[in-house]
Amino acid sequence: MILIGLGYGCKNGAATAALASDAAKRVYVAPGEKDEVYAFLSGGFSGQMSVYGIPSTRLFKIIPVFSVFPENGYGYDEETKNMLRTTHGYVPWDDSHHIEASMTDGKQDGRWLFLNANNTPRLARIDLRSFETKEIIEIPNSAGNHASPFATENTEYLMAATRFSVPIPQASVPIENFSKGDFKGTVSMVKVDPKSGRLSLELQILVPGFDYDLSHCGKGKSHDWCFFTSYNSEQAYKMIEVGASKNDKDYILAFNWVRAKQCLDQGKASNFGGEYYRNYLPENQPAISEKLSGVKMLQPKDCPGVMYYMPTPKSPHGTDVDPTGEYIVGGGKLATVIPVHSFSKLMEVKDKPEHRSGTIMDIPILKYESTLAGEVKKPCLGPLHTEFDGKGYAYTSCFVSSEVVKWELGTWEVEQHLPAYYSVGHLSIVGGSSKDPYGKYLIALNKITKDRYLPVGMELPQSAQLYDISGGKAELLSDFPTVGEPHYSQMIPAKLLMDKAAKIYPLEENKHPYAIKNEKDARVVREGNTVRVYMTQIRSHFKPDTIEVRSGDTVFFHVTNLEQDFDIPHGFAVGGAPEMPNLLIMPGQTRTFKWKAPKPGIYPFYCTDFCSALHQEMQQYIRVLP
Amino acid sequence: MQELLLKKISKMNRLLILGVGLLLVSVYFLPIWHISLDAPQYPEGLGMRIWIDKITGSSPYDLQNINLLNHYIGMHEIVSESVPELLFMPYVLGFLIFGAFVTFLHPKVYLVILGILNIIILGILGMYDFWRWEYNYGHNLNPDAPIVVPGMAYQPPLLGCKEMLNITACSFPSWGGIILFVSLGILVFVIWSEKRRIDVTK
Ligand SMILES: [Cu+2]
Repeated sequence: MILIGLGYGCKNGAATAALASDAAKRVYVAPGEKDEVYAFLSGGFSGQMSVYGIPSTRLFKIIPVFSVFPENGYGYDEETKNMLRTTHGYVPWDDSHHIEASMTDGKQDGRWLFLNANNTPRLARIDLRSFETKEIIEIPNSAGNHASPFATENTEYLMAATRFSVPIPQASVPIENFSKGDFKGTVSMVKVDPKSGRLSLELQILVPGFDYDLSHCGKGKSHDWCFFTSYNSEQAYKMIEVGASKNDKDYILAFNWVRAKQCLDQGKASNFGGEYYRNYLPENQPAISEKLSGVKMLQPKDCPGVMYYMPTPKSPHGTDVDPTGEYIVGGGKLATVIPVHSFSKLMEVKDKPEHRSGTIMDIPILKYESTLAGEVKKPCLGPLHTEFDGKGYAYTSCFVSSEVVKWELGTWEVEQHLPAYYSVGHLSIVGGSSKDPYGKYLIALNKITKDRYLPVGMELPQSAQLYDISGGKAELLSDFPTVGEPHYSQMIPAKLLMDKAAKIYPLEENKHPYAIKNEKDARVVREGNTVRVYMTQIRSHFKPDTIEVRSGDTVFFHVTNLEQDFDIPHGFAVGGAPEMPNLLIMPGQTRTFKWKAPKPGIYPFYCTDFCSALHQEMQQYIRVLP
Repeated sequence: MQELLLKKISKMNRLLILGVGLLLVSVYFLPIWHISLDAPQYPEGLGMRIWIDKITGSSPYDLQNINLLNHYIGMHEIVSESVPELLFMPYVLGFLIFGAFVTFLHPKVYLVILGILNIIILGILGMYDFWRWEYNYGHNLNPDAPIVVPGMAYQPPLLGCKEMLNITACSFPSWGGIILFVSLGILVFVIWSEKRRIDVTK
């Protein structure tokens, strides 16, 4: 340390080198050793989620969620294709922004992750035993599901609010009616079953037609509340970049979800239209897709005390609640301060008329100063998101000035500026949005890379940067390219997950209707023009291994992987199959490959996942007869 | 000699014999022998347990995975049903336990010696049988197996470790086997102490 300090004093270059080698040691995970933390990064426009190890920043897995994944057949096979069903039909792609980890008592509990689909409003639940998407629910009466899926302290509910206000119910009205109040937003409360994790849409609240951007729910004393940022309170509909940036203040919407639930129970919500799908993937069975219709809709005017607007400068983006539940930090992306609201003050003033400056749709607007705890003055340009280290410090990402600023809660003094490369959006601290941050690592999720890596044409990888925040001063440790746009992340200590991860699907628990658990049951069954092949895989062969069908038959290969050994999936692919990609079938799992038998000939099928010494021999033929 | 054989054993040793009988009951619930297989692609190891009446994997799926490995070299599938000895082994153990109780009720040294001989004979026969099964599994390979290494046999060791291709196979007594040895030791101790009592009184 002394050497580094001296070096820093006189020779910058030497200091950088010394720091770099020190940082290299801190991110080095020796062969065979495990990382300390799992980082789950949303994929932005890739619609997926990726899993990295921290501090090594090694990529472990891509979990397909809202986009098809030819690598393992997600979204294609008979088992998972229903997961992508919506009221718009089968939607094979989405834009995934925010990852939320399930919590118990405000602390990460390692059961599930939740992810939003912004484009076709949906929410997904990912199981943290199998690291697979188990449920997707569509959000009706919404357009652009951006402020989602933010969980309450015990994961009672996930919140989802509309980014693009639209006529609700949908109608073809003149777009200029936006400013006449014809466009609305909704806040949805999606209930999470505490045992199974199953999702259900319990209530929607109709809110003024702004753009609801982000959310975070309270903790501790603010347990009953969630906070949503909004922009375009101007209700501009043309050249929004100018029109929506006029007002000095937009709003953070403070929403009392416990009160909303009370009003629902008192019968104050009314039946409202809206159709939506809920797709559920039971373990080792085909996804069950249900079309549901109608929701309970609550109007703020019928439920006094359910919502308040807190003015927040200018076009706030992030809204983050500190671990104590007291401070609500706004990220005014065009603001020159970081405003921090006080929950205690909100409670004190919310129902006092002298602290109000008006109402919108019967939602009281409080005065800015009335709920303000303090402002971080001139922190940076373009503050967006804040996370907390649990030691009294907050870290805010600043998009325009490409940095992360560390500041102190209470004194509102900036402690440190950390450069980011470049244009950081969200940032994430291990457990940093929970009541109990682990507070050692921070990653900045950047939108632009420019000169950080070898150029690979116009499209460069997006990138994340890893900082060590355990000491007095945060330090940059490394940066790494990411899959898609790393939009937001949850980082979870490895010890919470690694021992619970599933190794196989126990064959005896396989309830797939077309599973066979023994090679002796392998067979081909014809039902008219449909042929069902009950097929098994085990190192290194298929049963049945040669198959005859007729041209034009619809053939279902129901393939069960009989292995019960960790890390031995088998693949299944048929030569020239135009509609199906590869399938990866996990040990003990059954998946179905649908194939329209083409013109007569011999078509090979084979295992695609190098499974054993005789993997290359794991291949057979289908004869298509005229 | 005759004096020793017909000697009534001491109260203390009588209780030890009873203890041996009770200890042997636990062999019904513990594996007797353990074979472990280590290979680079099995960092967590694979194992097989031989019980008085069955063969199992060390973890629920180990036996299936061992058989999967073995099918490449054409080894017969290892399943409890293929070893008929396992059907009468529980009765053999029952006979030993019965003997211990008889000795407890009729505490004569010659019965203890009989017990020792029984355990030794059964032990030798058991080990020979085990070796024979290992030999058969390791040598009677399917000639159509995918992997045929000329001159290679895959007989695991009777006791100790052995390298076979990329696999290290180790074979050692497990808790049940150890209890059998301990029981034998106790019986030998009983004889020794009875003999010593005679020597001391002389
Ligand atoms: Cu294979």
